[in-house]
Amino acid sequence: MRVSAVVRSEVMPEYRFVAEGFEDAVRKFEEQKPEAEVKTQFVIPEKDFNTAGKGSSELKNLLKRLGVDSVVLRRIAVASYEAEINVAAHSKGGIMYSTVYDDLIHVRFEDEGPGIANIEQAMTPGYSTADDLVRELGFGAGLGLPNIKKNSDAMRLVSAAGSCTKLEFLIYFAKIS
Amino acid sequence: MILSDLVTLLEGEVLFPEADLDREVPCAFASDMISDILMCTKEPTLLLTGLTNNQVIRLSDMIDLIAIVFVRGKKPLQDVIEMAEERGLPIITTKFTLYRCSGLLYNAGLRSCKI
Repeated sequence: MRVSAVVRSEVMPEYRFVAEGFEDAVRKFEEQKPEAEVKTQFVIPEKDFNTAGKGSSELKNLLKRLGVDSVVLRRIAVASYEAEINVAAHSKGGIMYSTVYDDLIHVRFEDEGPGIANIEQAMTPGYSTADDLVRELGFGAGLGLPNIKKNSDAMRLVSAAGSCTKLEFLIYFAKIS
Repeated sequence: MILSDLVTLLEGEVLFPEADLDREVPCAFASDMISDILMCTKEPTLLLTGLTNNQVIRLSDMIDLIAIVFVRGKKPLQDVIEMAEERGLPIITTKFTLYRCSGLLYNAGLRSCKI
């Protein structure tokens, strides 16, 4: 096996975003790896629009019980829902992993591929590869990923054509001063 | 404006009988695209739409919807009506177009939802 090929396959195109003012908090979180309070996971089947969204709905209910502020709750639910729909609409299915910490939530989505050919294009508002079935349901505005970014305090998307896609985001429960 | 005023104004039909029509409607948003509707994270809102599939009801789990008005005479299937009923989410259908509904409500003083 050629070593260069291995290296190339390990370095996948990546998109990272950290909201202004959250740089230190996010760095601290990544370094310290605090202990999780609650962990949940939810299976997202391919093209199943009866199930799609249930994971985000359950996550919102859980966080509501934990007393998270309603505006922050809506931001978390929208980011999570958009990601969940993306997995159902564009991939062969995947899993949503949510981890609740003391002051923030981390949600990670991993799918079975086929991956995103051009991440930069996918992040452009209005760009969509949704098929007719998906569009008929009211999706495919090309705002899914931009909406996730808009509602997150930090976001990371890793993907390549022919590979799986990993998307994760962090949302703090309160403003960082 | 409360929901029952809105039903009269739009000549609407309430799709399940126990819907709470005394709810105050503070603002409204109108769209047929789900990602557009998901911009409403700042405050609870009324939604006007031509979408009638189950994901529209699911949206109310994510953002807080006061009620949904289905325009252009659209009526969701029974299982979608039941989803709304389970959530206590009033749903109304009207023959009026999205444009006409929006105009009537705006004239009656209903403001746009903050996005």
